[in-house]
Amino acid sequence: MIAKRIIPCLDVKDGRVVKGIQFEGLHDVSSPIELGKYYSDYGADELVFYDITASAEGRTLFTDILKQVAQTIFIPLTVGGGIHTLADFDRVLKCGADKVSVNSGAIKNPDLIAQAAKKYGNQCVVLSVDVKRVDGRFAVFAKGGRENTGMDAIAWIEKCVALGAGEVVVNSMDTDGVKKGFDLEMLQAVCDAVSVPVIASGGAGCMEDFVTLFESLPKVDAGLAASIFHFGEVRIPDLKQKLAEQGIQVRI
Amino acid sequence: MVGIIDYGIGNLFSLKSSLAYIGEEAIITNDAEELKKCDHIILPGVGAFGDAVKKLRESGMDQVVLSEAALGKPLLGICLGMQLLFDKSYEYGEYDGLGLIPGVVRPIASMISQGLKVPHIGWNGLHFPKDKERCPIFADLQENDCVYFVHSFAAVDCADNLTASTEYGAELTAAVAKGNIYGTQFHPEKSSRVGLQILSAFCKL
Repeated sequence: MIAKRIIPCLDVKDGRVVKGIQFEGLHDVSSPIELGKYYSDYGADELVFYDITASAEGRTLFTDILKQVAQTIFIPLTVGGGIHTLADFDRVLKCGADKVSVNSGAIKNPDLIAQAAKKYGNQCVVLSVDVKRVDGRFAVFAKGGRENTGMDAIAWIEKCVALGAGEVVVNSMDTDGVKKGFDLEMLQAVCDAVSVPVIASGGAGCMEDFVTLFESLPKVDAGLAASIFHFGEVRIPDLKQKLAEQGIQVRI
Repeated sequence: MVGIIDYGIGNLFSLKSSLAYIGEEAIITNDAEELKKCDHIILPGVGAFGDAVKKLRESGMDQVVLSEAALGKPLLGICLGMQLLFDKSYEYGEYDGLGLIPGVVRPIASMISQGLKVPHIGWNGLHFPKDKERCPIFADLQENDCVYFVHSFAAVDCADNLTASTEYGAELTAAVAKGNIYGTQFHPEKSSRVGLQILSAFCKL
């Protein structure tokens, strides 16, 4: 049976991993190439790179780095950040990305999803969505969570999947950084609404949170996290071992 | 030298990089003469069958594949490139394939239980047929080693040439081989250590 995926997320700014931390045996912890290789060697099923650079120079640097990553790491790579046009898709796919994640770019122009899905296939288009409860409803936030779009998250996700998004990364702003577990209520609502793979993000604080995620929501395909992996609070080989012991299918 | 056939389908960067990583020189080309000089040939592919087979024929690469295969040169079809090896596909219509391996390609949705997601995306374990000798490209693998799949269609009616299957609501065709012709439904170039072992074994044939 298909394995649940564990996905570390690396934020890259001006060619360096932001929040890159203390790893034994790594010479340069803020190098996306070294850190990516480390994760790949230690059982990450996929890597997500978010380009949080604002400048054009930074963007060129990011693309160069992506190319180097793709020359040394042979697991699926998803790239996001600053994807607003088909040309942006093209730019990162040519450098070895397998999937491209869209967020604010799709909010501005939902047709980007349809165009990209038609050109590259649904499996290539990942919708990333930042969700927060507002007055008891799930609202979509744009611009890295700074702006409430007023859109209902479930309706937005359904719309994007209908347009051709092949996977959805749901980042709960309510649980993000709290480290008390994933937002099961929100994820359940998303899983009930769509039939494409759902990747849970935001809230993981310990290994047990991943066990709870996959046991209580069997339809969730993957768990994504950043700081708990970067800070070494959770080691991926240990996490996979623990999941396997609980009877959850993982790639060891 | 490994020849990766370029017929305008998909992104070949990772495939070429993975071969470089295991020390195999590779070229991406649509030049028949260049491909004739290669000692191994890889037929990649992503996207829809109908579009791919049309591009393969228009580029004349179908004839190169057939003639090189007939010479006994090791040929590996990956993902859609494997599906192209079969007689026919029923992906949004009915299309003839290269007919190098008997079998047809049908939607996964028609084979698996409802409620499972399609496409079948992610890491899944390989099962090797117990009653057959292990296919040489999988010589270094263990039962249940995981590889990376992304597909909505799968080959059927190819039991005689099946070399690996994977469980996703049913046993789906994961790999086939017939003589010097090999095919993997999954992406070895995205399957980490296990995938590199497969590519390495293929290049040593």
